[in-house]
Amino acid sequence: MEGDIVEMGKFIGAGLATIGMGGAAIGVGSIVGNFLSGALRNPSAAGGQTAMLFIGIAFAEAFGIFSFLVALLLMFAV
Amino acid sequence: MSAEASSEGMQFHPMAQFELESLFGGPIAWYTPTNATLWMGLAVLAIIGLLVLGTRKRAIVPSRTQSVAELAYGFVYSMVEDVAGKEALKFFPYIMTLFIFILFSNFLGLIPMSFSTTSHIAVTVVLALLVFVSVTLLGFYLHGIKFLGLFWVGSAPLALRPVLAIIEIISYFVRPVSHSIRLAGNVMAGHAVIEVFATFAGSLLIAPLAMVGIVAMFGMDVLVAFIQAYVFTILTCVYLKDALHPSH
Repeated sequence: MEGDIVEMGKFIGAGLATIGMGGAAIGVGSIVGNFLSGALRNPSAAGGQTAMLFIGIAFAEAFGIFSFLVALLLMFAV
Repeated sequence: MSAEASSEGMQFHPMAQFELESLFGGPIAWYTPTNATLWMGLAVLAIIGLLVLGTRKRAIVPSRTQSVAELAYGFVYSMVEDVAGKEALKFFPYIMTLFIFILFSNFLGLIPMSFSTTSHIAVTVVLALLVFVSVTLLGFYLHGIKFLGLFWVGSAPLALRPVLAIIEIISYFVRPVSHSIRLAGNVMAGHAVIEVFATFAGSLLIAPLAMVGIVAMFGMDVLVAFIQAYVFTILTCVYLKDALHPSH
């Protein structure tokens, strides 16, 4: 019985942890959207900024990956 | 078949593909050749095939293989130059090695029934820690104690600086964590999602939808395989730039 409750807690916790990935999705969407709106205003300057775009995406995405990791840890390691 | 599926439910094993197996049987110790060893070795062989054998002729009008190798070289070279500056070109061989190894591991992992080495945090942590340690040592070697100025934001108001220093120190030490987990997490998540869709394809009702899902996710994974290698490399360049020019 107690094991079942722990198991249930794991699943619920892992499911809740994945909510964090939505935040990363919002962040990445915001970055790319703003980049695009800027790039369409001044297309000649956009090419030099793609590196910054990917750095920004990487930083925003990292926290989504952290929450994914927490979910994985709950499922398989705890 | 369907009665069995309904009584037991679908069996999901999305993580089974990441299990290490000994190539010749027996228990796994640190020296045992596993499937991870095999696929890393294959990645290295493929890299040698492209970059060494492909460019051996050194033709002025390059063959197709040679032009792909030159494209990869020029891509990383201009990335290092643009992001980290001219002085960082000394470290270009290291960054090129990182990029091409991660790229080939990611792409070889996309072959069905293969093993993706970069989905293991143990592999990516080694790569990220090497970058972290070497960049930190390089910063102290070049600038001595002044390298700590990286944490002391000179342009901020004086009262704010200690708080910012704490934040900067935390973000500095989180670097290897996020650097490694980003790569492993992305690759692992993509492969696990494909596996989940593949399990759905076993049920007749949603099989067409699941197959479309597999194709879509696979296309996404091809993109992710390249972008994550690119992101890993470009972050290495950013960290290298911090070590070369620590003042903000």
